Amino acid sequence: MTRLWAWAKRRPVVARIGAIAVFLALWELIARTIGDPLFMAAPTQVVAALGPLYGEADVVHAIWTTLWELGLAFALSVAVGLLVGVPIGLHRASNESLFPIVMLLYGIPQITILPLVVLYFGIGPESRVAFGFTHGVFPMIVSIVAGVQNFSPLLVTSAKSMGASDAQVFRHVVFPQMVPAFFTGMRLGMSAVLLGVLLAELYSSQGGIGHFTAAYTQTFQPANLFALIATLAAMAIVMNEAVRRGEIRSSRWRA
Amino acid sequence: MGSRRRLRAHLIQAAFVATVLVVWYVTSTRGMVNPLIVPALPQVWTEFVVILTRGLFWSDLRITLVELACGYAIAVGLGCSLGYAVSRARYAIRAFDPLLAGLAATPVILIYPLYVMFFGIGMGSKIAIGGTIGFFPIVLSTIAGFGNVEPLYLKAARSMGASGAQLFRSVLFPAAFPVVLGGLRIGFIVTFLSILGAETLTSFSGLGHQIVALGEMMDTAKMYGYIVFVVVIAATLNVTVTALERRGRRAR
Repeated sequence: MTRLWAWAKRRPVVARIGAIAVFLALWELIARTIGDPLFMAAPTQVVAALGPLYGEADVVHAIWTTLWELGLAFALSVAVGLLVGVPIGLHRASNESLFPIVMLLYGIPQITILPLVVLYFGIGPESRVAFGFTHGVFPMIVSIVAGVQNFSPLLVTSAKSMGASDAQVFRHVVFPQMVPAFFTGMRLGMSAVLLGVLLAELYSSQGGIGHFTAAYTQTFQPANLFALIATLAAMAIVMNEAVRRGEIRSSRWRA
Repeated sequence: MGSRRRLRAHLIQAAFVATVLVVWYVTSTRGMVNPLIVPALPQVWTEFVVILTRGLFWSDLRITLVELACGYAIAVGLGCSLGYAVSRARYAIRAFDPLLAGLAATPVILIYPLYVMFFGIGMGSKIAIGGTIGFFPIVLSTIAGFGNVEPLYLKAARSMGASGAQLFRSVLFPAAFPVVLGGLRIGFIVTFLSILGAETLTSFSGLGHQIVALGEMMDTAKMYGYIVFVVVIAATLNVTVTALERRGRRAR
């Protein structure tokens, strides 16, 4: 027993998993005893609801569509973030003239324009991709600009003095310096894209995820609602984790 | 950033806004864009003035601000107490800080439909989502602030015979305060934005709901006016808490 305790004490992850287990157990207990079954489903009931939920073609279609929207919005954010961020970061003039505009746009609370985005792009996937993109592109640009700006010009000068060509300078000096910022931007951008796409998905009750969350709430099917949300949360966690791992890997060489 | 550089940045921002307004004015008044989607600029201005002068916004603004106050109180209460508790042991920090940081990176707004189910479509669900989302930056900054106090200071204070309360008041708190303050500011902003978002998603009242309702009635000029109004409110809140944070820092 004491050895087990000592083993756990060296591994904080044990306490982390323990806390999650206690939370789930409490939830199960409350849902099974005092919880109103019209509003609350126990974790075991949610897991049991996953199978039938994935059997419904419309739900699966909505989840796949969301995944596509997330991927597309993220790819667009990264591509445009690079295309805009690298030139702004590299040149002093464009940095001083354009970066304030980026910061101004970044500061607008985007949730206020969600109804406008839907007005422009309709209630289909286009509006969700657009809203995800406007969320993701700004953290990407800001990180890239910071990353490109941060490296010392001395490195470029010394590489050149040792006879490196422009292409070599970019490949061996500028690019490696940019990689960590690129991954930081991707991590922040991913978080933002998830927020934007899912907000837009939840907004419209006509179609997509929002349709099902609204329907399950109104017809008191908490197990289905929890299962659908748990699925999306799992997707979000996997996507976040993927870019976070990338970030850790990309900066390992510097340590 | 130098003050001249900051001035230049503000001038560029002003010029950009002016350009957007001119393009908007010209295209919308000459019928180059669909007025149902982009209404004429003068019309939006008229609606904005009407919203301000007739005070039509008061009931919605009051609801949103009450939700904000309640949600923020929950976020601060839970965030600071839990954060402080976790920060007391290295083991707890290593166990729970990554968990909380991971949760903070997920789109917590996903839980909102559940809150609507639990707390109804009224203010309860907005307060809950605002409190939940605002909680994360506050708890993380509290852990960071109280967890990273230089151990040497603590040792020195203890060896000079400081009591627990004295230690907290004279060493821990002053050291952690600036970090926690940053979290409190960010927490306030995200609480406000998530309450606006929740009102936009499903609601009967509040500023976010009003924008959606006007959009659904195809009253786009008024909707734009309302969006401008809400952006002004958000900017005002932002400037206020930033100033408060700066003042709080200076007071230490």
